[in-house]
Amino acid sequence: MREGREQVLSYTVGIDIGSTTVKVVVTDGEKLLFRHYERHFSQVRQKTAEVLRLAAGVLGEKPFRTALSGSAGFGLARAADIPFVQEVFATSKAAELFGGDIDVVIELGGEDAKILFLTGGVEERMNGTCAGGTGAFIDQMATLLDVTPEELDGLAARHERIYPIASRCGVFAKSDIQPLLNQGARKEDLAASIFQAVVDQTITGLAQGREIKGRVAFLGGPLFFFKELQRRFAQTLRLAPENALFPELGQFSVALGAALYAGESCGETDLPDLLARVEKASTDVTAVSCLPPLFSGDDDYGAFAARHAKATLPVRDIGSYSGGAYLGIDCGSTTTKVVLLSEDNAILYQYYSSNRGNPVSIIREQLIALRGLCGGQITIKGSAVTGYGEELIQHAFHVDAGLVETMAHFRAARHFEPKVDFILDIGGQDIKCFKVKNGAIDSIMLNEACSSGCGSFLETFAKSLGYSIEEFSERGLFSQYPVDLGSRCTVFMNSSVKQAQKDGAGVEDISAGLSISVVKNAIYKVIRAHSPDELGEHIVVQGGTFLNDAVLRSFEREIGREVTRPAIAGLMGAFGAALYSKELRLENSALLTLPELEAFTHTARSAACKGCANRCSLTVNLFADGGRYISGNKCEKPLGVDETERLPNIYQFKMDRIRALEPRPGPRGKIGLPLGLNMIENLPFWHTFLSELGFEVIVSPVSSLKTYDMGRYTIPSDTVCYPAKLMHGHIEWLLREGIDTIFYPCLAYNFDEKKGDNHYNCPVVAYYPELLHANVGKLQGVRFLYPYFGLHRPKDFIKKAAVYFGSEFPGLSKGEVSKAAKAAYRAYAQWQAETAAKGQEYIRYAREQGKRIAVLCGRPYHADPEINHGIDRLLGSLGMVVVSEDCVAGLVEPQKVDVLNQWTYHARLYNAAKYVAGNPDMELIQLVSFGCGLDAITTDEVRAILESAGRLYTQLKIDEINNLGAVRIRLRSLLDAVRYASAFEKGSAQ
Amino acid sequence: MERVVFTEAMKKTHTILVPTMLPIHFKMMVRILRQHGYQAELLENSGRSVVNEGLRNVHNDTCYPALLVIGQMIDALESGRYDLNRTALLITQTGGGCRASNYIHLLRKALAKSGYGQIPVISLSFGGLEKNPGFKLTLPMGMQLINAIFLGDLLTQLQNQCLSYEKTPGETLLRVESWTEQLVEVMGRTKLLTGGKFYALCRDILADFADIPRRRENRVKVGVVGEIYVKYSPLGNNNLEAFLLSEGAEVVVPGLLGFVLYCVYNTMEDRKLYGGDAVKASLYRAAYHYLVSRERKIIQLIQEQGVFRPQTWFPELVKLADGYISRGVKMGEGWLLTAEILSLIEEGVFNVVCTQPFGCLPNHIAGKGMIRSIKAGHPEANIVAVDYDPGASAVNQQNRIKLMLANAAAAVERGGKEC
Repeated sequence: MREGREQVLSYTVGIDIGSTTVKVVVTDGEKLLFRHYERHFSQVRQKTAEVLRLAAGVLGEKPFRTALSGSAGFGLARAADIPFVQEVFATSKAAELFGGDIDVVIELGGEDAKILFLTGGVEERMNGTCAGGTGAFIDQMATLLDVTPEELDGLAARHERIYPIASRCGVFAKSDIQPLLNQGARKEDLAASIFQAVVDQTITGLAQGREIKGRVAFLGGPLFFFKELQRRFAQTLRLAPENALFPELGQFSVALGAALYAGESCGETDLPDLLARVEKASTDVTAVSCLPPLFSGDDDYGAFAARHAKATLPVRDIGSYSGGAYLGIDCGSTTTKVVLLSEDNAILYQYYSSNRGNPVSIIREQLIALRGLCGGQITIKGSAVTGYGEELIQHAFHVDAGLVETMAHFRAARHFEPKVDFILDIGGQDIKCFKVKNGAIDSIMLNEACSSGCGSFLETFAKSLGYSIEEFSERGLFSQYPVDLGSRCTVFMNSSVKQAQKDGAGVEDISAGLSISVVKNAIYKVIRAHSPDELGEHIVVQGGTFLNDAVLRSFEREIGREVTRPAIAGLMGAFGAALYSKELRLENSALLTLPELEAFTHTARSAACKGCANRCSLTVNLFADGGRYISGNKCEKPLGVDETERLPNIYQFKMDRIRALEPRPGPRGKIGLPLGLNMIENLPFWHTFLSELGFEVIVSPVSSLKTYDMGRYTIPSDTVCYPAKLMHGHIEWLLREGIDTIFYPCLAYNFDEKKGDNHYNCPVVAYYPELLHANVGKLQGVRFLYPYFGLHRPKDFIKKAAVYFGSEFPGLSKGEVSKAAKAAYRAYAQWQAETAAKGQEYIRYAREQGKRIAVLCGRPYHADPEINHGIDRLLGSLGMVVVSEDCVAGLVEPQKVDVLNQWTYHARLYNAAKYVAGNPDMELIQLVSFGCGLDAITTDEVRAILESAGRLYTQLKIDEINNLGAVRIRLRSLLDAVRYASAFEKGSAQ
Repeated sequence: MERVVFTEAMKKTHTILVPTMLPIHFKMMVRILRQHGYQAELLENSGRSVVNEGLRNVHNDTCYPALLVIGQMIDALESGRYDLNRTALLITQTGGGCRASNYIHLLRKALAKSGYGQIPVISLSFGGLEKNPGFKLTLPMGMQLINAIFLGDLLTQLQNQCLSYEKTPGETLLRVESWTEQLVEVMGRTKLLTGGKFYALCRDILADFADIPRRRENRVKVGVVGEIYVKYSPLGNNNLEAFLLSEGAEVVVPGLLGFVLYCVYNTMEDRKLYGGDAVKASLYRAAYHYLVSRERKIIQLIQEQGVFRPQTWFPELVKLADGYISRGVKMGEGWLLTAEILSLIEEGVFNVVCTQPFGCLPNHIAGKGMIRSIKAGHPEANIVAVDYDPGASAVNQQNRIKLMLANAAAAVERGGKEC
């Protein structure tokens, strides 16, 4: 034993510098003499010194041992030469203090989440780099609901139901919550759902297949403060009260652990010495790379500001105006905007505010104020609403028209720059950009759920550093050393910022750096632009985020071109809506009158739709006048639309066929097949093959959210695609049914359809059975068969299968296998042919009926309703006949592409794009699962094929996110753009 | 888009730029190319501008290595140091089911978009995926490249075993540099290193490194495995090896030969699983036996000398995968990754960093997907998976690696045994 580990005689001091707070404890053996925690707002060194000074009363000049821990403490520890102990390690030390007999520790910090298994094989894990569901996440969500974190807890306690919210990272969750908010979901329910999301994330992301059982200690700030979070954990893990420990000192666990470590392994020091070292710790050695300042000085800034001041609208005093007026409302994701225009397009009234999680009441207030101001002398002749809350607001207040956001923005931009050929709008949660050609929108790009690092992101960040957004961005303007923070998603940026702080970057440098990141994210990730020329010559930028001069300047700098930013950048949606309402040419708007507005009430009730197996979460909004608006639905069913009016939909057809496959009792007993990934398309093959061999084939049911929940606890990699994650649930279902033989072969190669250079499956599809075998513990208890077969070589398949099945099932002859295989190949070919024929039938139908056709492309498994989230039905409700890529891929000669065309499923996409390019009544919409690495290659190629033919390309990124709000906007924009384009063509023909 | 072919005339006129992955190996390889009449040059540009060019030119959801390799090349072309009408690029292509076989196409697309459409890109692959009249991988050149892999692996291995223990800081690196120079020179002089000379060189290298004065102490050993580019390239892994060294660990990195053998092995396995051309398979089998017999010889030399730890012989490594993952998993690093982790554990290296680009498809299965079962079979294993991408911060990565190191240190205290 080393000397330092003898009985501790002096005090010990544990310091924990987390991502947001500093915690310090002083102990004397078992006794806790001092504890203090404080947010450090990235002033790590100063705050640490401050807190240490607070301990002076206890420490005096006495010698003590100390150690430092925490994710933001590493740099300081090095610079100040203080022993460092990794925080998870410190936590495991501290666990000894909390009563002993602990089996599992779960600790949530500001930005890290950790789990420690202390018994039955010690194991410690931290969240990966793509998992923000922690304290900072809860703070962000509270901001979104416009409540304090404490209030969030209070709200959650009164919840009635829990909504499924994607929990993988904050950005995803936000995309789920925002639309729910705008559709009128109760805050109480959302609050509880947020906590549940954190719980689910911890279980999926951290436990990764290991069961959390026994006595569990919950540590860290969030788990101490949020009682409802505690309850959600205890309930989800089914812990008896005596087994769920929430120690009062939980939030100090890392600091306590550091103190314990110090007592055992560190040398002595005293307060003056320690303080001197901390204060002296130089931060001038910086590893972060810096960017050039945004402005060279006040003159530079002055010229810039003057140039942009030109794009303004006249403002008229509403009191002295009389005549017609036009109302535009933009009920956006985080903000609500209202504009009232005079006949000559001057602004009579404007309003811009955060919608504080309750847009309906804000708009009511505004309309009451407006109606009052208008009095008798102003007639509101028309009104229109756009934005996320469009439908809700339109129903609630009898607004004359609703229009999709993109169209509203286009109208507004054209007003300022008639020659506009490119519009970029960065709003609270969206980045939208579109190119304009021949007076119509030519292509639309929206940020995908994963890169929503936009306005609300800057705002949340500003708040977390203790600034208002205005103050924060102003500081950034004159930063001398903007930090280079990269251009990835916000979760990554959080850690980049952490690193910059560690390296001594100031708030102004971070502010400037973040602005630059937002711009880079938009240009390189959303627009995917390569040079400014690709954007256009007459660029209009708008959206609240561009009111931030640092963002505007970064944008001009990055593209090397001057752009137009209207002074009403934040109101453009509302302005465009007002312009649109003018085009309606109404005499009088149907908008609620003043007395009606005053009597207006709104209540929202949650319900689950019983229309189909999807069981969508519905929000039923009731208004005082008896009006009703239902949201959350993916099809028209809950609205009472007749079944027979539904348009043909090949996705529906495919799933119905799969559902209709019956097991046939056989002498060899039951064999289970998990219905996901390639099994969806290969089912007719294996079902026939195994049935012919005498097995009773049991197929797991079509996925639902339950499938995911059932299996999520065995998923080892949280960044794998959702279709793969669902496989865990399918296997779990088969296991629960007591199926003791499960068959799921590894297929490196797919069928060779002669469309490309090779015919692989993607690595995940090919080898997922290997992963299941290694991670679903219960599979050890059954017979899990996952042989390697090559279906692309029928003769070899029969040979290899005969050997394999002959040895696995003695008595199975080669003749039987050969016969079964032949039947299976036939069944598969027939199944494929029938799908293609059905597709042709639907296309004919569409053409006869004059309907547009959506070629909804993806992988065969995107037909799974839990994967496509009902986008096929949504397209139907928008009036389109839906077919899939395999229906049209065979109709053209193989498309030549500029990439290695080596995957069977992907080759179909290129062919489908070629076919759609030649058929003007079709639109191609590509579904892309988040995390699909191969689609990074296919999407660019499919886009290129379509665009070279002058056609629109639409990509929808999907994941576990269940809300179609953004998708709906996107598809409506597409349809509007198509309508405009065809109107333009007709116009030019005449 | 028509492919720009590297013509015979270009062999004389064009400078061929080669991206870096393993500095020692690649220096030798470039010299071998020159020896065979190509004006090859190794790219050593790095830093943020490489990443930025990558971000600008490659779909940001594509894997990080593609972004870096392409970024490095475009960055070089932009530097103004090369005559763009007399420059060609070389990139390796494996042709597996992973998206990595598309790097070359993404590179061409990026070149076209940047206005460098005239620049020919040469695919270097043992399978011969694309043909170029001006560039032929001849047998002597192939053999010499193989020699470079063997020697590069040996140097790297010895460097890692000395670096943490040297008494005079810097001495190991000095010798590595001097040997790299010598080998490069030998490679440049001789068309082909024959058996006798080759093994004599190996003996000399071994003797020279054994000569470095080293402290006798036990350091925590940390293995680095993963996707081939981020595993090896300091540019890809944020200088992982340097970080581990600064934390006092001995770094253990499996050699490049393993990956080459893995590719050869898979062709044989493919035929076994799915059927196919018997002649082609027997050619591969011959190549396999040739390579593993040379590897065994080197291992024997190391054992005879008795100073350094040899690697696990490839045929032994192959067997380690049994019971964990099928050798049918052949995309990306596939079963090799799992087998390498297992071989490290067998060699007594219980601490492993498993590196991969963010969202790496094969590593979902063969890396992260196998950790659970490896730990079940080897409770002493201490594995951390780290993702790399242009936005990931080093502090986040280092924090996780530090946890792994803390656990390693605790295990040493608990067991009081060798680490």
